[in-house]
Amino acid sequence: MSTTSQKGFLSFIFDCIRWNMQGNLLFQIFRLILFATMVFGIYAYSHQARNGLEVTGMSNIVSWGFYISNFTFLVGVAAAAVMLIMPAYMFHDPDFHRVVIIGEGVAVGALVMCLSFITVDLGGPLQAWHLIPGIGQFNFPSSILAWDVVVLNGYLLLNALVPMYILYSHYMGRKPDERKYRPFVFLSIFWAFSIHMVTAFLYQGLPARPFWNNPLMGPRFLASAFAAGPSLIILVLAVVHNFTNYKIEKKTFHKLRLIIVISAIINLIMLFSEIFKEFYFPTHHSIAATYLFFGLEGHDALVPWIWTSICVNLVATLVLAFNPGDNNPKILLPACILLFVAIWMEKGIGLIVPGLIPSPMGEVVDYLPTWVELAVTLGIFALGITVVTWLIHPALILEERYEKMHNSLERE
Amino acid sequence: MDSPKKKDGQMKKMDIAEGGTTRRSFLKKSSIAAAAGGAALMSGCMPGKDTQSAEEFGLRWEEYFKKHYRLMTQEERDETIARLERLAKLQRGLDLQISSRPAREQVLYGYAFNISRCEGYMDCVKACVKENNQDRKSRTQYIRIFEMEPGQLDPSTGDGKYFHEVPVDNKFYMGVQCFQCENPPCVKACPTKATWQEPDGIVVVDYDWCIGCRYCMAACPYWGRRFNWGKPQIPNEEVNTRQHYLGNRIRPMGKVEKCTFCVQRTREGKLPACAEACPTGARVFGNLLDPNSEIRYVLKHKKVFRMKEELGTDPKFWYFID
Repeated sequence: MSTTSQKGFLSFIFDCIRWNMQGNLLFQIFRLILFATMVFGIYAYSHQARNGLEVTGMSNIVSWGFYISNFTFLVGVAAAAVMLIMPAYMFHDPDFHRVVIIGEGVAVGALVMCLSFITVDLGGPLQAWHLIPGIGQFNFPSSILAWDVVVLNGYLLLNALVPMYILYSHYMGRKPDERKYRPFVFLSIFWAFSIHMVTAFLYQGLPARPFWNNPLMGPRFLASAFAAGPSLIILVLAVVHNFTNYKIEKKTFHKLRLIIVISAIINLIMLFSEIFKEFYFPTHHSIAATYLFFGLEGHDALVPWIWTSICVNLVATLVLAFNPGDNNPKILLPACILLFVAIWMEKGIGLIVPGLIPSPMGEVVDYLPTWVELAVTLGIFALGITVVTWLIHPALILEERYEKMHNSLERE
Repeated sequence: MDSPKKKDGQMKKMDIAEGGTTRRSFLKKSSIAAAAGGAALMSGCMPGKDTQSAEEFGLRWEEYFKKHYRLMTQEERDETIARLERLAKLQRGLDLQISSRPAREQVLYGYAFNISRCEGYMDCVKACVKENNQDRKSRTQYIRIFEMEPGQLDPSTGDGKYFHEVPVDNKFYMGVQCFQCENPPCVKACPTKATWQEPDGIVVVDYDWCIGCRYCMAACPYWGRRFNWGKPQIPNEEVNTRQHYLGNRIRPMGKVEKCTFCVQRTREGKLPACAEACPTGARVFGNLLDPNSEIRYVLKHKKVFRMKEELGTDPKFWYFID
């Protein structure tokens, strides 16, 4: 301790901020664009706060729209970090151990976006304190939304604190004590599954909505998340590999690709199972699925959307499975982008909106987000990406330094 | 951060108030608006320099931090009602009487709808909108009437948007509203306990406690809930000033509302506005615990059924055929 008396937690924080201020011109321009997008989002949100949610495309029939769709999808992205955490910490996989910090950064960014989407969707955001146990009234355990508040915030805490402890130890030049953080790693693995299942239960637990009231929803959520999340992580790793000194080995991409392929195939099997159930013998409960896939009473806003998603999903899964480029980034990365977008389309709007159409009184309307919803959503995406860069940028500098120090010690 | 926002809201309310008032009250209100506007200019973001806005700011401040309605003592309830009445006076010049009357002993409300009698005139809908201070701009309605083909019994297969002379031969009509379920999925869903079942069986919302997440709307299998997407707009002269805290008081923006079987009327021993307005006598309302009530007579002597009974929500709203 005495040798590092100059260093402490405060200087750790200051150094992280200082490193974040540095960076080349390209990085600064990127940051500026993100900042401008956020300002645009805040402007749009102020418009919504003043005039109410009537400036969105939502209605009493489609009472949840683009915000909740994005929230739902991003929960999956957040949970997908577990696909790096599990091999890295439990099986001590050295390739994943080097990149796990990036996965955790992505998870924190995704969770910040999730919580922001929930907040902007609230009609009374100023009353959000009514949710805080103790000073508010928390309907736990009855309300699944209350469970979701617990699991999302808990997961955010776990994914922020464990990496922070490890990075801080590295900053101080010492090996992090495994006995201290391992229990929390195990907890966070369990927790990652729980944020997913609880978010699925949010919808699955509503008999009022037959399209959602489906026991396959939770497991399918997991499968699609473990395809979309690692796809995003591959993309982030590619950016890190190309634009920083922190080089990622090809093996890591290969392993991630295998995870994606397996999850994407399970996801497609379950999708097929759902479609079979809805259309082999269509019942009154298949109306929402009919609306989604074929349109109803002349309303067919989602038909091209869902078929695009399914086709793109199939193509991307096949490309990733047969791997024609042998992990060549020129093929691997576009396939990951396509898979990510396809699952975003399906697990976002393609899941939330048809659950509400037709209304329980049989009325069919279409839903289209307005510019306000699109702008706020863009702003939140920019916020999420900003959070990820602010976390990963100093983390990689620290990891690189620690690696060098470690290697030189070993050589001696 | 939020005070300019609030200011905006006030100005808007005044605009609406100006819409339909006499010349004198218009002048009075515009002078208040001018004073408030001036104060806003003088004090920037901090209302409070001007006595008018200081009082209003204070009231809003206390309102913001008030408790959940069910946790309030009667004294605290009286206080919040006094504040709400004063705010309505300050902001719109309205003299409200807001009640906090609790459920009556030995009462459980039930409703029965005679589908052979209803002829689709929609007087109930009109009366409901008026009684319950529903937003005129979005044309919020708690009651829907569906025109049905013979052979159907599920309103969701009927036509809820008919616009022609009624009754039409060989069609019948079914009214739908909140069914005040005994096992309400909406109450289970609410993350802040802002909606609950009262001892007389009515499911109510504490509009000031609701955070506007709309999970209850997704959970309701009968489409019984509405959301205030914008600020509710009701011309001053159309506002029903006899209100109940859990009933027809004017809702804030961004909160969920629903049919309360006209809690402000029924707890005074009156019929809900819809039942009173019905010209054909298709609507039967009463106390399920009173063996001599009309509703008990209907349940005993008529063939009754309920909607989506398989969901186990146990609605207290029956349909019957003469």
